[in-house]
Amino acid sequence: MELKAIHANCSGCSTCRLACAIENFREVNPSKSLLRIEARFPAPGDYRIHLCNQCGECADNCPEDAIRLQNGAYIVDPDACTGCMICVEVCPQHVMFAQKNSDIPVKCNLCGECAQTCPRNAIVWVENQESEVA
Amino acid sequence: MLYGYAGTLLRVDLSNEAVWREPLPDSLVQNFTGGRGFVAKMLYDEIPPGIGPLDPENMLIAATGPLTGHFLPASGKTHFGTKSPATGGYADSNLGGHFGPQMKYAGYDVLVITGKAEHPSYLFINDDTVEIRPAAEYWGQGSITAEKNFKDHLGDDYQVITIGPAGENLVRYACISHDFGRQAGRTGVGAVMGSKNLKAIAVRGTGSIPVADLKKAYAKGKEAYQKVMAKPGFEGWTPEGTAGITDWTNEVGVFPTRNFQTSHAGHYKNINGKAILDRLKITDKGCFSCPTPCGKYGHTQTPSGSAYVEGPEYETIALFGGNCVLKTIEEVAYANYLCDELGIDTISAGVVAGWAIECFQKGILSRDEIGREIDFSDLDAVVYLLNKIAKREGIGNLLAEGVKIAAERKGKGSERFAIHVKGLEWSGYECRNAPSMMLAYLTADVGAHHNRAWVLGHDIAGAWTNVHDLIASETEIEAQPKAVVSEHCAEYVIASQHKRSLFDALGNCRLQMMELGFEEEHYAELFSLITGVTKTWDDLLEISERIWHLTRAFSVREIDGFGRHLDLPPARLTEDPIADGPNQGHVISRENIHQLLTWYYSARGWSEDGIPTKETLLQAGLPEVVTDFEARGLF
Repeated sequence: MELKAIHANCSGCSTCRLACAIENFREVNPSKSLLRIEARFPAPGDYRIHLCNQCGECADNCPEDAIRLQNGAYIVDPDACTGCMICVEVCPQHVMFAQKNSDIPVKCNLCGECAQTCPRNAIVWVENQESEVA
Repeated sequence: MLYGYAGTLLRVDLSNEAVWREPLPDSLVQNFTGGRGFVAKMLYDEIPPGIGPLDPENMLIAATGPLTGHFLPASGKTHFGTKSPATGGYADSNLGGHFGPQMKYAGYDVLVITGKAEHPSYLFINDDTVEIRPAAEYWGQGSITAEKNFKDHLGDDYQVITIGPAGENLVRYACISHDFGRQAGRTGVGAVMGSKNLKAIAVRGTGSIPVADLKKAYAKGKEAYQKVMAKPGFEGWTPEGTAGITDWTNEVGVFPTRNFQTSHAGHYKNINGKAILDRLKITDKGCFSCPTPCGKYGHTQTPSGSAYVEGPEYETIALFGGNCVLKTIEEVAYANYLCDELGIDTISAGVVAGWAIECFQKGILSRDEIGREIDFSDLDAVVYLLNKIAKREGIGNLLAEGVKIAAERKGKGSERFAIHVKGLEWSGYECRNAPSMMLAYLTADVGAHHNRAWVLGHDIAGAWTNVHDLIASETEIEAQPKAVVSEHCAEYVIASQHKRSLFDALGNCRLQMMELGFEEEHYAELFSLITGVTKTWDDLLEISERIWHLTRAFSVREIDGFGRHLDLPPARLTEDPIADGPNQGHVISRENIHQLLTWYYSARGWSEDGIPTKETLLQAGLPEVVTDFEARGLF
C-alpha cells in the first residue's frame, strides 16, 4: 500500500498536516508535519500535495545506512543516524525534514493519518502503483 | 495551565516602535472566551473615549479564540476589532484562511496594535522574533500583489494580511485581505490599518498549542469531521458554497437589485453558483481545517479585463450582480477581483456604486462631477468608480466616505435611497417582506450586516430551517404572502445573534452549523476537551448576552446622541413598496419597524431608546460599564 496524492481534490485546508503532527508528535503544531501543501496563488490557482513516495533516495544517500525499508516505509534509525542531514538535502520531494530541537531528520512512516483525515479525498491509500506525486 | 490558548497577548505600539508581551488575563478568558468577546471587552476598556477612528489612539485588535488552530472542522477564524471608520461605533470583522492559527502557533492569541508608524511599515512575527519593518517598497501595491511579494520575500510558510490602496487612502470601507481572496471585509478595518501606516502583518509559528486531553480531543475532532461529512449538505451545499443561495433569494424575492429598488433580478441564473462552476472555477479553496470549502477560486475574462479571483461569494453576487445589475458571472467576478486588489469591501462598494448610479440617473450627481456617464449593467462604470474610490480621486473622494456621509453631503433626497444602518452599507438580503431579518439588520451592532444574525428562514419559510433545506426545496418563483410582524421576530433575532457571537468568540466558523446543520453541542464537547473546562453549549452562550450589551454600550459611549433613531432603515425600505418580483407591493411600515424595535429592546432589557439599563448591565456581569455610564451621565 502507498499514499497517492490527487492534487485536484485538495482545497488547502491543512487538516492532513495537523493530523500528521498530532499522530506522530502529539502536538497541535502543523509545522512538524511530514508532508507539505504548496498553495500556488494567485496563479495558476491550485494546490500541490508533496508526500513522501518512499522512493528511497534518502536511504541511498545516507552515509551511515541509517535509513532502512520496513513494511513499505523508509524509517530513520535514531541510533545509527549521526544527524548529517544529507538526506534532507537530497530528498526530491522536499519532505525529509530537519526539525528544531531534534538532532535527527524526520520523515513519513506511512502511518496513513493524512489519508484517513483528509476531508476531500485528496490523499488516498492505493495498492502499489505509479504515484501522482509530482 | 491555560489549555486551548497560546496564553499570550502581543502588544505593538507603532508610534514608539515598542513591542511587548503580556499573559492572557484570566478574567478575560473566563468572561469573554476569545475572538469577538476579547475584542468587545478590550475596545471598551482601553480605547480613550471620544477618539477619532483614524486617530493613532485607535486600536486594531486581531483576536483568535480557544478553538482556533485546533483539530476540528473550520477552526481558522481571526477577528479584527476597532472603533469603526464607517459608523464611529463598535466594529469587528473576521476572516478565515490561515492567519489566526498561525498567530497561535507563533504563541499569540491576540495582537493589539496602537499608534502610528512614522513611515509605511509591516509587522514581522516569526515565533518570538517580532519586528516593525519598513514597507515602503510594498506601499501602493494591491492586496493580492503585495501578499504575493511578501510571500516571495519571506517564504511560503508565512501567513500574511495586507491592505490595498483603499486602506492606505483611508476609504471608510477598506478591508483587510489574506490568502489571495479572504477578507475581513466590513466596518473599515483596513482604513484603520492604513491610518497606522501598517501595510501588512506576516506571521510564522512553529510552536504547539496545549490541549487538556489531546487524545480525546483528537478523537472527538475526527468524529466531528465524519459527522459533518455525513450531513446531506456536505455534498449538497459545498460544491457551490455561499453562491448556491442565489437562486433561492431570487425565487423568494430578497435579492437586492438596482440599488434596492427591487428584490429580484431576472438574470439571476447567469450569476449564480452554477455559473461559477461552469465558467470560472479552477479549484475549491478552503480555510484552515475546513471540510466544506466555500471558496471557489477561478479565472474570469471580460472585455474590461481578466483576472484570477476567489469567488464571487453570495454577497458579492448580490451587491454587484443584483444591486449594480452586472449581467454575467464573469463581470461580477471581475468587479470582485478589483475590489480585492484595491482592498475594498465588495458589499459596501456595491451599495455605494448602486447609489451613485441612481444619483446620476436622477440628476443628483452630474456627468461633470463623476467624470463620465454611469449606468446599471455597465462593468466599465463600476471599474471606473472602484478605481476612483480607492485613490480618492474626483468623485471617488466623496464615495470613499461611504453612502451615509456621501448622501448627507449631496442631499437632494439622496439620503432616502442611501442603503445603510448606522453608516454601514446593507448586505445582500432585501427585507421589505422579511421583518425578522429587517430587525436583525437594524440591531446589528456593527451596522447593516447579515453575519450578526440570519433569520430569513423565519420570515420566508415560516419556521426555522437551515439554508440547505431551503435550497433543496427547489422553491418555484411565486408571489410571496405578506410576512407576519410579531413579537417572535425579536426572539428569533436574539437567538441567532447569540449563537453567532459565540462562534465568533470560540474562533470557529459557523457555516458547518448554519448551512449543514452540524449540531452545536459538538463544539461544547470539543471546547471542554481542549480547554479542560467542562461546559455545555448553553453554558457557553452566557457570554453572548454579555457581548451584546457591551458592544451596544461602546456605541452609546462613543456616538453622540446614540439611540433608537440610529436603528432605523433608510426611507426607501419603509416607504416604497417593492416594485416587482415575488414580493411586489410589500413594505414594512415605519410604525411596524418601531414596534419591532420596542419588542427587541424589551427582550434585551434596554430602555425605550435602546440603551442598556443599569439592571441589565449588572445582571450581565458588567458592573464596570455601570460605573462608567454613571460617571459620564449616560443612563
